[in-house]
Amino acid sequence: MIRASNLSKYYGGKRALGPVSFEIKDGETVGFLGLNGAGKTTALRILACDLRPSNGTIEVGGVDAVAEPHEVRKRIGFLPENPPLYMDMSVDDYLLFAGELRGMSKAAIKKRLPDVLDVTDLGDVAGDQIGTLSHGYRQRVGVAQAIIHQPKFLILDEPTRGLDPVQIVEMRNLIHDLKQNHTVLISSHILTEISQTCDRLLVLGRGKILGVGSESELSAHEGEIRQISVTIRVPKQWGDPYRGETPKDKEAEAPDPKASIGKVLGGVEGVQSVADPYEQGGGLLFALSTTKDCRADVSRAVVDAKLDLIKLDYARSELENTFIRLVGGADASN
Amino acid sequence: MRATSIIYVRELLAYLRSPFSWVLAALLLLVQGILFQAFALQGEQLSAIVLERFFYFASCIPLFGGVLLSFRLIAEERQQHSMILLNTSPVRDTQIILGKFFAALTFFTILLTLSLYMPLLIKVNGKISGAQIFAGYFGLFLMGSAVLAIGMFASSLTKSQLIAVVVGAVITGLMCILFLFGKVLSGSVRDVFQQLDLWWIHFQNGFMRGVINLKDVIYYVAVTYFFLLLAVKTLEAKRWQ
Repeated sequence: MIRASNLSKYYGGKRALGPVSFEIKDGETVGFLGLNGAGKTTALRILACDLRPSNGTIEVGGVDAVAEPHEVRKRIGFLPENPPLYMDMSVDDYLLFAGELRGMSKAAIKKRLPDVLDVTDLGDVAGDQIGTLSHGYRQRVGVAQAIIHQPKFLILDEPTRGLDPVQIVEMRNLIHDLKQNHTVLISSHILTEISQTCDRLLVLGRGKILGVGSESELSAHEGEIRQISVTIRVPKQWGDPYRGETPKDKEAEAPDPKASIGKVLGGVEGVQSVADPYEQGGGLLFALSTTKDCRADVSRAVVDAKLDLIKLDYARSELENTFIRLVGGADASN
Repeated sequence: MRATSIIYVRELLAYLRSPFSWVLAALLLLVQGILFQAFALQGEQLSAIVLERFFYFASCIPLFGGVLLSFRLIAEERQQHSMILLNTSPVRDTQIILGKFFAALTFFTILLTLSLYMPLLIKVNGKISGAQIFAGYFGLFLMGSAVLAIGMFASSLTKSQLIAVVVGAVITGLMCILFLFGKVLSGSVRDVFQQLDLWWIHFQNGFMRGVINLKDVIYYVAVTYFFLLLAVKTLEAKRWQ
């Protein structure tokens, strides 16, 4: 278990973190979420015993990280924002060096190396010089050095930073594999990364913890206004609203599609207002402000009105809403 | 000790792999060879005088080479973010500094050894003893050790390699002209300044003439220890900043 109490860090007179207190249980995957400058990296560097806190205590696996940093370092694998690589070394030499630094014998490293290369999918480039590798491979080498000594705790600071979409998916899969054997701490400002990887979130803003819990726990916030976007295909007999045709041009009895659909959507319980629609994705997109999750009621109302529902979702994800609420609150309080 | 040797091996291999190290070694040996040919071998002179002149010009190896071999040791690690691997491993700051320092000292010793053909030429064609050559090289080695320690300290201050090399050169330069400051002072202050001088007092008056004085040895060892200690303390302080 990792336990931080009243942890704070000042750079000169400027506060970068804290005071913050939190606990991370063994086997958990916890995401540190926050905007740039929120204190995520500072918190992780303190946990990895790279920095010493200005105040507060931190225990990793029951060991005081300030009093006995060496003991804690043996139990932690750390991938910083920029992987700590030596460009002049080959991948296997570098991993041998990293393992030896962590107190492993050469024989133990050589035994462990095939597993690490397999997990990180580095087998093909094991003999290559790190300086010649792509950014994605370098990031993998960074992960490999963090797990070579089989640490109990794994700290990954922005592991998908600078990766292309394919590499992001690969890194996400790698983290899923690592979750099986490690307690993992991941920092990111990319919400989807965090939501897809972590069991629990720790939202940081301006050096303080703004919220702790699972995504659903953090999202449970009664009375919040949410935006739902609904895309509906307009029946042909209603005219073509996309070209500015009004139904009156064709058939006097045909309704105005924007007004008619708006009326249908506005009648759903929980919908406070309906914004003017615009064309998107082969239909009209309506933005609804709601006070509760009424997506099911909206879809039912659209089908009952014999309209074609093309797309229905929150305008922002649950986590985005939560994040904006928490961070926005922090900004307001500052 | 194990961590020191692990870092030592990595760092020494980095020196041996780096084109910069060999280009620097070639340039220093070239300059030294030209100076030796142009000034030390002029006219008919006693071979002991020629050897003295050789060591006078050879001191460019520790003075310039020491700074240029050490400025990157910590600054480059910070610049390329690899320092964090050492900082988050169960390794003490002292072990980091010593591992890197001894690697630099080993490469410096290789560099000194490559210049050995020149005094051997004097020995073959003149009347000098092996002890004179040893004394001179021992002095160069100690002076190099001190300058490398100064360079390491400068390197530990910043992540800019340019700033590190400038700071290292300025400290080394100032310590080489302390005897000049001593000349304009008087009394015990003058003595202190003169005894702190890196080049004139402790090298030219002793090792360069084939004499090994214990006080000169102690001086260079003390300077080395002092600046390595400063480098260790700087690393420690950076964690608290």
